[in-house]
Amino acid sequence: MYEFKFHRPATVRQAANLLAKNEDAKLVAGGHTLIPVMKQRLASPPHLVDLSKVENLSGIEMKGRALSIGAMTTHADVAGSPIVGEAIPALAYLAGVIGDPAVRHRGTIGGSLANNDPTADYPAACLALGATIVTNKRRLKAEEFFAGLFTTALESDEIITRVTFPLPKKAAYVKFRNQASRYALVGVFVARRPSDVGVAVTGAGADGVFRVTAFEEALKKRFASKALEGLSVPADGLNADIHGSAEYRAHLIGVLAARAVDAANGK
Amino acid sequence: MQTKIEALAAEPVDPADALAKFGVGQPMRRIEDRRFITGAGLYTDDEREPGMLHAAFLRSPHAHAGIRSVDVAAAAAAPGVVAVFTGADWQAAGLTGLPLRPTIKQADGSPIATPPRPGLAVGRVRHVGDCVALVVAKTARAALDALELIAVDYAPLPCVVDAREALQTTAPALWPDHAPGNLGFLWRVGDADKTAGALASAAHVVTLDLVNNRLVPNSMEPRGVVVRHDAATGRVTLSGSIQNPFGFQSLLCELFGWPKDKLRCRADDVGGGFGCKNQLQPEHAMMVLVCEKLKRTVKWVNDRSGSFVSDAHARDLSTTVRLGLDASGRFVALAVETVANLGAYMSTNGALIPTLPTAAVLGGAYTIPAISMQVHAAFTNTVPVDAYRGAGRPEAIYLLERTIDVAARQLGIPAARLRRKNLIRPAQLPYRTALGRDIDSGAFETVLTRALELADEKGFAKRAALAKKHNARRGLGIAYYLEATLGPPADSARIAFAPDGSAVISVGTQSNGQGHETSFTQIAAAQFGIAPDAIAYRQADTDITPEGGGHGGSRSLQLGGTAVLLAARQIIAKGKRIAAHLLEAGEADIEYRPGRYAIAGTDRGVSFTEVVTASFDPARLGPDMAPGLDETARYEREGFNYPNGAHVCEIEVDLATGIPRIVNYVVVDDFGRIINPLIVRGQVTGGIVQGIGQALYEDTRYDASGQLVTASFMDYSLPRADDLPPITLELFQDAPTRTNPLGAKGCGEAGATGAPPAVVNAVVDALEEFGVVHLDMPLTREKLWSAIQGAKR
Repeated sequence: MYEFKFHRPATVRQAANLLAKNEDAKLVAGGHTLIPVMKQRLASPPHLVDLSKVENLSGIEMKGRALSIGAMTTHADVAGSPIVGEAIPALAYLAGVIGDPAVRHRGTIGGSLANNDPTADYPAACLALGATIVTNKRRLKAEEFFAGLFTTALESDEIITRVTFPLPKKAAYVKFRNQASRYALVGVFVARRPSDVGVAVTGAGADGVFRVTAFEEALKKRFASKALEGLSVPADGLNADIHGSAEYRAHLIGVLAARAVDAANGK
Repeated sequence: MQTKIEALAAEPVDPADALAKFGVGQPMRRIEDRRFITGAGLYTDDEREPGMLHAAFLRSPHAHAGIRSVDVAAAAAAPGVVAVFTGADWQAAGLTGLPLRPTIKQADGSPIATPPRPGLAVGRVRHVGDCVALVVAKTARAALDALELIAVDYAPLPCVVDAREALQTTAPALWPDHAPGNLGFLWRVGDADKTAGALASAAHVVTLDLVNNRLVPNSMEPRGVVVRHDAATGRVTLSGSIQNPFGFQSLLCELFGWPKDKLRCRADDVGGGFGCKNQLQPEHAMMVLVCEKLKRTVKWVNDRSGSFVSDAHARDLSTTVRLGLDASGRFVALAVETVANLGAYMSTNGALIPTLPTAAVLGGAYTIPAISMQVHAAFTNTVPVDAYRGAGRPEAIYLLERTIDVAARQLGIPAARLRRKNLIRPAQLPYRTALGRDIDSGAFETVLTRALELADEKGFAKRAALAKKHNARRGLGIAYYLEATLGPPADSARIAFAPDGSAVISVGTQSNGQGHETSFTQIAAAQFGIAPDAIAYRQADTDITPEGGGHGGSRSLQLGGTAVLLAARQIIAKGKRIAAHLLEAGEADIEYRPGRYAIAGTDRGVSFTEVVTASFDPARLGPDMAPGLDETARYEREGFNYPNGAHVCEIEVDLATGIPRIVNYVVVDDFGRIINPLIVRGQVTGGIVQGIGQALYEDTRYDASGQLVTASFMDYSLPRADDLPPITLELFQDAPTRTNPLGAKGCGEAGATGAPPAVVNAVVDALEEFGVVHLDMPLTREKLWSAIQGAKR
């Protein structure tokens, strides 16, 4: 690790000012992506702006018909939250299969979304559920937020403060782990929303998380795994690496989507 | 945990034998665990002292390249840097290569290739991770910063990573002067003509090509050492994460031309080795050289990335097996042809691993009258290959147990029945194998039968039918392994009592986490009838412990443990003379039961602890008795012994995804007599987990440019707790070995030996209907899915 200057602001405004003032400053939430990379000397941000002492950034609450989760809420807190368990059990489940216990007790939802790792779990939930990412500046629809590999719509001094999820009628997440890293080789989140169906895939897309509209259309007609029979995702445009070919990933998307629909239907 | 099966070929246990009492055989909790769990262990990186310097190695990013120049000026001038070293310093010290002890000769009697492996690259790098330069600085960070300032001008060369390709005439040459054609050696064992003849006349010959996949050892604690210089005596002390201090002392003194008393080597707590800390590596030699030059204490601890590209890798063999059977299914001949990957250099035990230990158990626990093997070993641009849990025996058992399953299917004989038909029967013991090894004890068929019973083999068909209903297939895999405990043949132990009745056991062998502190203490406590906490334990220090052969080959308990037993007996014998004197009786009339000496047939006696106290009081000793109770014993093995057992793995493969899930795992092990079943269970479980890792997950991949693409835990998959099944373990103790007084056979490597073939046999069994005859490890999910798809197409 190289030397860096460490800042610990108390408010979102202070944090944003630090970002604006210091070029190449990096926010630290849980640090579970950034710190290992810094330790390997692959990243050397001159300034770190730690969000751990910023007020009002964590916590889980219902706001009307939407679930609101503070950006600094850890995966373990989401996984163990009775509120999430009641409102969107699939989201609690998802948080509980991220990484390992150490990761889940440090890693945060805001950190995960801002990083937009193409194999992270949360992006699939946000896209399928139609979440809104709230920042210190604006409200972004998930569709607008994710902009490719490790890229988001966030501006350089923009900070995620919370994420709101409209409650679905049914939802489920099925993850096929990378055997080594435990990230998603393929993860499929399926949500039956009041007037829509969301099927979002993480891990497989060469450009990061994406929706499978063909599956969504079929499921809108009939929300049952049988509706997906005969449908498939083309391997073109999917990731291929030592952990799985594009063909295997394409096949898994179909299998996992069907299993997610069954799980959402309580089967 | 210990279920006795009907005694077969068993030595009767003397009820008076102290080993049967006082804790031996009891699942005593590990004494050392409190230290480990509370963070009080002393690992290499825990060593601190004022003024200590820190070393860091610059490693090659190229698989194969000439070195035009190394410019260290900027690094040497960087803040905190004390010195920078390159291959030129190695040469200036008059050194060529690390010492090797070739234990084999080539088939034609000529010596094997031993190209010089320098401490730092001289003129050329031969694998990614090869050491190029060394920075010593006041802090670890200053050393790392300085590494980035070293400018190396490389001239990249074509590379080869596959051993079979390396032996092609067109392959790039790693060692044109030392190993033409990249051939490290061609080695043969067994009667090739007899074997060929038996195969030619066999009713069936089953041929199988298989790969034993390369593994990265991944000990939890990385390699590292602290080297100190004593200004007063000029002596150098190396301590750290090593498996064999006496071996290191001997090799390093040979390298530097030092008398042995110039170098002390020792090991405190070591966080796992699995073989990869048994080799003298370039970093060790450089650290000693640098310490001697700077006359300062220097510490080096490898990081995880460095470990992936510098800890000796394991396995990496391609083999063709031919097994001949007669019309009734009896094995008549086994011929094995292997190409072994040595990596870029001949490692300390690199030539040994694919040859002698494999031959030691080739043929397994079966009667096979004709066996032959030949091994071509090739240099490649990869990390050198050396010992890893099992070291040659898992390779032998894997190729045999896989081939037996293929044969069973081809001949239409159930796999268990084919094994039973060929297992050595008790009446045939001791059995001399076709390769001249004497298997002294075992009840092979009994053990197999018990394992199949515990695995509910009879109910398997029903479970397999149920699995089909949810689009899965079940397979049952059997492996009967035979191990041979190996390593240096002797160990010593010293037991010294203090007047208060406490004792210190010192042994030359060492624990890397196996629990010797507990097992050895149990052995001694049982003899003396004293509480284990009255006994302290010291290990592996060339200055203060008696000589030992180090950790490896599942050898420590049977050799070091026996030495402890013998030293204890010497103490008891001396105590008997003291007791006779105290009781004013003839020595012949004194009886000893653990904890007490007594005059036979009377109630007059004296406790062992009183005798200890008296031994320090000249007034209470006879005229010819030296005070104190302090005895050293050396034990050299009388013969090899053969741990063995049956693994039965039941696996379910999900057809939609290819995910293999082990649903049940049973092992029945014959380790002879057990000192501590809790420790044995830990050893077996750990070994099985590593074997499952090799079979299903661990994939060491180099790309065509010689980069290790699985060089971190993001890409290299170790088995995790939630991947693993519950393991049913039963210890069969009714066939103790007569090759040592403990009756113990080694248990450390058995799990890793039996598990790979059991798991692969189970998967292949599950996928039989898809026409799968064999798949090479690791059996990844996509590999299984592709095999299933292949059959559907």
